[in-house]
Amino acid sequence: MTLSLEGKTFVVMGVANKRSIAWGIAKALHNAGARLIFTYLGERFRDGVQQLVDTLGNEEHFLLPCDVSSDEQIAACFNTIKEKVGIIHGVAHCIAFANKEDLEGEFVDTSRDGFLLAHNISAYSLTAVARAARPLMTEGGSILTLTYLGGERVVKNYNLMGVAKASLDASVKYLANDLGKDGIRVNAISAGPIRTLSAKGIADFNSVLKLIEERAPMRRSVTPEDVGHAAVFLMSDWATAITGETLHVDSGFNIIAI
Amino acid sequence: MAEDIFERVKKIVADRLDVDEADVKLESSFKEDLEADSLDVVELVMELEDEFDLEISDEDAEKILTVGDVVEYIKNHQ
Repeated sequence: MTLSLEGKTFVVMGVANKRSIAWGIAKALHNAGARLIFTYLGERFRDGVQQLVDTLGNEEHFLLPCDVSSDEQIAACFNTIKEKVGIIHGVAHCIAFANKEDLEGEFVDTSRDGFLLAHNISAYSLTAVARAARPLMTEGGSILTLTYLGGERVVKNYNLMGVAKASLDASVKYLANDLGKDGIRVNAISAGPIRTLSAKGIADFNSVLKLIEERAPMRRSVTPEDVGHAAVFLMSDWATAITGETLHVDSGFNIIAI
Repeated sequence: MAEDIFERVKKIVADRLDVDEADVKLESSFKEDLEADSLDVVELVMELEDEFDLEISDEDAEKILTVGDVVEYIKNHQ
């Protein structure tokens, strides 16, 4: 068995720019031979994502808008995918959002609206997407999301996003149990900090990167390519009995205590 | 030196914000004159950090309002 995704189709949600972890995943899936459908948040991102997708040089890849805060948009997006390709083999859900003011200061000051918004976009969207993708995954497959250590333990300034990631992590387990009987696996990659547009929203992010480089067992930070390789594995038939799992792609940092 | 920095900044700004290089002047404000949104500004800061191999702290990034502010910052931190 070779690790190939030839003949498989995946939906990649959450590419914002060339630094996005979603883009690292997309490149790796593309290199493994997969056909890709990209979803973008709104007009603001369309041209940028289109330019990136064009660099892959596969005319079978295409883009669709999908704001995951809207049930209608999710339904419309997956209906279009069904019309265009019929069957998909997986989804990479790389989406999260919290207001910047909720990612600094003290978590205890989080507002109700801020809390609900972060959970809506960062956690509930996985369930909504899984429900929409399920009917298209008639050959089984793999749903993948991105989480972070800040959902398991306290990470300075990660605050509300950590609580939303904990909700996402629990969602992965319950979704894995629901969809397992359809041959659909649901997993999360817990990536070490990567310098993305989203990460720049975390106060004092640069010092977190330095800490990883000093203290992680591998003494280096993580790249989107590292995450892409792990994503290919989880999307492939080499991971056919792995579900409900969180795979840490973090240079080993999560094992370090003191 | 400052001239050279301005040329490099101009190219990045024009490319990132999809505007003509001729419209990127020292006094151009990112948000008002060049119509950058908050995500554009963050992307721009990251591009500049890469291009000039420096780190712009969150605090300093908030003070950067014009193209001239960027050139000045880079001159003082390289």
